[in-house]
Amino acid sequence: MSLISTLARLEAVSTGRAQPAATVRHRHLGDRPLVFVPLTTAGEAGAPLGALVGTDRDAPRLLAVPQPRDRDLRFAFLAELADVVLPYVDSYADAVEAAERTETDPETGKRVKVEVDLCADAPQLIVPSRAGIDLVRLLGRSMRFRRTAEQDPEAPYPAPPRVPLLGRWLTHFGERARVPGSSLLLAMTDVLGRHWVTGQSTLEDQHLGALLAWIDPPQGVTGAEAALRAELERDAQGQLTCPPAGPATDPAFDNKLLAPAIERYDRARTALSAAEDGLEADDRLGALSAAEREIRDLVLSRTRPTWDAVWRGLDLLRELPEGARVEERWTRDRWSFTGHRDRVLAGEPPQPRRDDAVTAANKLATREREQARLEAQEALDDPLVMAGRRLSGEAFAGEVTDVVMAYSEGKRPSPRPLVTVRTDDRPYLGERTKVYRSLGGKPQSAEFVADEEDGALVVLRILDKMGRGKEPEPGSVPEKGDRICFTLFEHEQRGGAKLPDPEETPWTHGGPPGEAALEAADPVTEEDVL
Amino acid sequence: MPPPRTRGTALRHRLAELRGPDVPAKALDARALAALAANPGCARRAILDGAGVNKAALASALGSPSAFGQSQFALTRGNAFEAKVKADGGAELLRLVHEKLDRSAEPPVEARVPDLTATGPRGRTARTELELREATAHPGAWTLLDHPMLALDVAGSPAFLEPDAVVVHPDGSWTVVEIKSFPLLDGSADPAKVGAAARQAAVYVLALEELAARLGAEPEGGTARLGAEPEGDAAPLGAEPEGGTARLGAEPEGGAARLGVEPEGGAARLGAEPEGGTAPLGEEGDARADGTGVPVPRVRHRVLLVCPRDFSNLPAASAVDIRKQRAVTARQLARLTRIEDVADALPEGTCFSPELPAEALAAAVESVPATYAPECLSACELAFHCRTRSRQEGAVTSLGRPVRAELGGLTTVEDVLAAARGEAGDPDDPAVAALRRAAALRAEALEAACR
Repeated sequence: MSLISTLARLEAVSTGRAQPAATVRHRHLGDRPLVFVPLTTAGEAGAPLGALVGTDRDAPRLLAVPQPRDRDLRFAFLAELADVVLPYVDSYADAVEAAERTETDPETGKRVKVEVDLCADAPQLIVPSRAGIDLVRLLGRSMRFRRTAEQDPEAPYPAPPRVPLLGRWLTHFGERARVPGSSLLLAMTDVLGRHWVTGQSTLEDQHLGALLAWIDPPQGVTGAEAALRAELERDAQGQLTCPPAGPATDPAFDNKLLAPAIERYDRARTALSAAEDGLEADDRLGALSAAEREIRDLVLSRTRPTWDAVWRGLDLLRELPEGARVEERWTRDRWSFTGHRDRVLAGEPPQPRRDDAVTAANKLATREREQARLEAQEALDDPLVMAGRRLSGEAFAGEVTDVVMAYSEGKRPSPRPLVTVRTDDRPYLGERTKVYRSLGGKPQSAEFVADEEDGALVVLRILDKMGRGKEPEPGSVPEKGDRICFTLFEHEQRGGAKLPDPEETPWTHGGPPGEAALEAADPVTEEDVL
Repeated sequence: MPPPRTRGTALRHRLAELRGPDVPAKALDARALAALAANPGCARRAILDGAGVNKAALASALGSPSAFGQSQFALTRGNAFEAKVKADGGAELLRLVHEKLDRSAEPPVEARVPDLTATGPRGRTARTELELREATAHPGAWTLLDHPMLALDVAGSPAFLEPDAVVVHPDGSWTVVEIKSFPLLDGSADPAKVGAAARQAAVYVLALEELAARLGAEPEGGTARLGAEPEGDAAPLGAEPEGGTARLGAEPEGGAARLGVEPEGGAARLGAEPEGGTAPLGEEGDARADGTGVPVPRVRHRVLLVCPRDFSNLPAASAVDIRKQRAVTARQLARLTRIEDVADALPEGTCFSPELPAEALAAAVESVPATYAPECLSACELAFHCRTRSRQEGAVTSLGRPVRAELGGLTTVEDVLAAARGEAGDPDDPAVAALRRAAALRAEALEAACR
């Protein structure tokens, strides 16, 4: 955390309201995001209890598992979830635009441009908290190796038809969420925490209710008071008035409300199966559906406040103007979505449990590159982020006080003007350190020549983006009186060295992966939980 | 040598007074002991834990009840899984121990599973000790101790600990087994949960090592008394190297050495005390005595963590090296002994009984300094109370330890903001200069954004 955000945090404490940590929105928000508020059962490895899901804030779809230990009910939940998520994902798969991609020609080995489809937009999943992202990944892992009755008639507990496909998509969303700056799957607490700093610790910011209370407190209440209420206030029954955003539930809710309700449901079910005639069965069926409705109401009562909170967070975020380079990063998300769509269409097997060496190395390299890109782009989009970089000596801003024309030596002299900038910043400049500024969206580079007056004046030599002629193109060289900002970090990220093809994996990394074996489904047992 | 027993009795008496009349001491469990490692500098937590105060009740009496609770679903599931792992006389559990930790040994076919029931924690501890001695004295067989009870001396009062299981290998060494209900998914589990399990297991290992040192010293007659002293209230850990030294002194020369043992043991003990945690680490290698002496049973520093595999209820196991956690916990426990100093600094008549009125309790709690940080929220029942206080004082640590670290000597919100605004603080102080620069840059950026 930079000193600037620490300062903002302290200001939030003294003013009782969250302070801006960004002046623009650094994440893409689609027109029609799919919000997913899941709940799980304590103690089980993510066994679902219920969820609210949908794209319409006024009409969420409620899913509930009245007995989380029952496999059929869990499968019914997953099938229902697939009915909501897959049509939503599919609705983005068909609208495509033409795009170009460089690929290596398999015969000549040359890099050639290929015309391919790129989905015009991509689906976007929003969950309340970081734990929600973990659950999406876990659900994906639990479903993608399942076998349906069609795939394998021998499977002991066949999954409903579209469940394995849902698993592959959720896995893709979960993996993509690990790439810095991506917006396919977002956690609301993370995004809000990126744009505002509150008067509490980042640990406490993980509570969505408390975080929103700081950012947008109710009339006449300070953020601190509202946050405290969101964290701790309980009603007469001892239940939290602002339930945790999940997926874990409050133990008091489990013990006092949920457990008795599940017990009633179990009893009603046993009674129904013991019914002796139709009339009795009818009555008992009524009792069973009443018990089920009770659990659905309980799930709704715990998820609805979070659902509303997520949408409120979206409203707040939409008030911020989108950063200039957000669109470019979203295009990468669209590529990622298109790529996975193609893999599914081509009938490729689900993502493996463990990546092979080349895939893993590629993923890591991508994440590192995207992290560097995100940091650079956020700074260029947002003066407040740039202020942090200036404070840490990675950038400087100031006014041009002098421009002296100079030329490179050589047969065809090119312009190499010397620009003097007066700055209050203290960048870490060494001899011939390269610095960059944004010129019409493209980086122009310069090198450090000398400083005067104890660092207050910085002399730079502009190196490129001035055209081919002897005289620089108009507007390509700063003029006296201009206010400009240079960074010490590069604006665009270059990829690292190319990795070998999977068949060329050296023995140090496990050797070639060999024939891709179809991964077996998880063995199912009587007592599975997911 | 100072008479430790008297000193210890006095401390125990003093701690009982702090707890309040007729309030039973809340036994320290492994989880609480391990949590001490999270914030060892907190005198408040140290004295309240040391005195066996029920912090949850105290927090409720203070008006800031803790938010800890366990869902009955988690509890049921945990118990069901443990029962499954230990079914059939622990056959599956022993198979996992053999496979993951001791493949060179005979596979466990028939294992002894002694009955450890007894009345009261002391009775169960004695029973456990007896069975462990028995199992160690007859090597060559596997023994599974299901829910043994171990005593660890914590700052003058014994804490009773109940590991899920302890296994005695055919070579006489001991392994702690932790059974948890979070899943091992594709061979990996949540690192935070594994860390917590490892810290908990480390406490069991420490308790076992203390017991092992005692058993190892016992048959030597004269040394037995030394070995028995670890209740020696001042330093629970001081007891450990002591066992070690006594053994070293006693073994090589047999009978002749025995004469020299007592004074030497005493001297070694004084020297060993301050080192507390570090000394026993070196012990592992030479756990078996060379020659004639009785071997000190080796407590393995790799524990077995048993979790459900993937999404099933089938057990999967992994060996976890807990040397680091063990060293940290040992050091923290050694530091805990300083609760004596904390207790001495308290005003006369201080009492933490939950029956007292809230103001009196608040004053009592206030008389011990706390070092609150947001991490406390997940580890300490009193955290909400301390947080309120910390916020009232405007302490910057309530925003997180890293925040505090950035601000140099400025510790309150008002100080920092005044320094940033240029109203206070020495401009030559680098922390103040950086703050002013940050404030100026921030204001400039926000202004630019508004335009």
